[in-house]
Amino acid sequence: MVDCVTGLRCRECARPFPAEALHVCDYCFGPLEVAYDYERIAATVTRERIAAGPRSIWRYRDLLPVDDEAPVDLGAGFTPLVRADRLAAELGLGELWIKDDTANPTGSFKDRVVSVALTKARQLGFKVAACASTGNLANSVAAHAARAGLESVVLIPHDLEAAKVTMTTIYGGTVIAVEGTYDDVNRLCAELTSERPSWAFVNVNVRTYYAEGSKTLAFEIAEQLGWEAPDHVVVPIGSGSQLTKVAKGFRELGEVGLLDEVPEVRISGAQAEGCSPVATAFAEGTDAIRPVRPHTIAKSLAIGNPADGWYALEAMRASGGSCAAVTDDEVVEAIGLLARTEGIFAETAGGVTIATLAKLAASGAARRDERVVALVTGHGLKTVEALTGQGRPSATIAPTLDAFDAAVRDREESESTR
Amino acid sequence: MSVTIRIPTQLRTLTGGAGAVEVDGATVGEALKQLDAAHPGLAERLFDADGALRRFVNVFLADEDVRFLDGLATPVSPGQTLSIVPAVAGG
Repeated sequence: MVDCVTGLRCRECARPFPAEALHVCDYCFGPLEVAYDYERIAATVTRERIAAGPRSIWRYRDLLPVDDEAPVDLGAGFTPLVRADRLAAELGLGELWIKDDTANPTGSFKDRVVSVALTKARQLGFKVAACASTGNLANSVAAHAARAGLESVVLIPHDLEAAKVTMTTIYGGTVIAVEGTYDDVNRLCAELTSERPSWAFVNVNVRTYYAEGSKTLAFEIAEQLGWEAPDHVVVPIGSGSQLTKVAKGFRELGEVGLLDEVPEVRISGAQAEGCSPVATAFAEGTDAIRPVRPHTIAKSLAIGNPADGWYALEAMRASGGSCAAVTDDEVVEAIGLLARTEGIFAETAGGVTIATLAKLAASGAARRDERVVALVTGHGLKTVEALTGQGRPSATIAPTLDAFDAAVRDREESESTR
Repeated sequence: MSVTIRIPTQLRTLTGGAGAVEVDGATVGEALKQLDAAHPGLAERLFDADGALRRFVNVFLADEDVRFLDGLATPVSPGQTLSIVPAVAGG
């Protein structure tokens, strides 16, 4: 168990901290970042070593902030990267790929970050895994805690989608619904972290490690493209952490020699209009992100006060990327479009990404001559409420051949008159 | 009666380990100044050089982000609770 972590460092004031359960600089309150010995990683890591590893995020263990022979693992990561020609044609794009993170063990990208967080938490001696969640994280923490034999305490807003609540409770942990928004839940957990220091809040006191798990999205995309970087990646923004870490992942591939140089990847962000503090700041050309009260069907992105919003803005601007927000109607439309064209059923956050991609393609911010990757981060079965009224059969008939023929004939006629 | 300020772990070295401190003050800004008077060094941690709350410091009055209210000018009443909470969490 030899990781290449040299310690933690404040992203704002650069003060050093030990690699413990710390997430905030106790001087300026800036976020702590994991610091690595990149020279040592570069001397160890090779494409062959990665290829010989497991088909999960742990194939990139040299680049993760915790090393463990037996990580807390349900098989997160190494999800399909799917060439999406039919969707590309609809959107007027050229080479388009979908990173299909619906294929993760609990149906979202959160399995990447949770596997890392709980592996580190267990090493640090924690017995309880906790989190504030918009749902996907709740599913993943409860599942991974069960797998690891840890207790779990998951706090969620009271109005989450039914599937996300059911899927969290089934793993047997404690689930607390809070009367408030995600930002209220998050604030409560940030305070609880001070009162319950023996609990590992994956996105509070072990957030420094947790967030690093999202780098594996960049690692996988490059490896699955034959160790080449894409030109442009479109990432949904909730807290902004995932987008920031995807950018870091591509940078690290160059720094440790897995790619010949640090690649120039444009990173664009996607938000729902009902919760778009980052897209608004991007459009206004400011780095002052005003918190908002979310109101959108994209609940997994409904974070009105995004912790990494500034860093997401910085990553998008520095890379020449863009950012846009889309309406709930556009989200629903995009969920259908992705399903019809590529056979992938995304949750609302995936609809946000695809609808934003469509917008970027229409405005020329995503170009036909680019190799574009869109991140679809969660499974559609988690948010079926968003599609209420749409999931009806084409016809309901008696079990007879005549009824079938009549129904199909009606359908063909209505199609031909469209 | 006074205002209660809840102190996060990161600042408890300055409050002798206390998780809550009672102060007086008619606004959020005044209450925080009183806190610094009682426990010198806290203001430097909470405010930037221009006297604004640092980017990664959130202050809640009765569980409401003061940025949704009147910021440091928000009036506080005796018996209310202010919470200082690191902004970097969640997602």
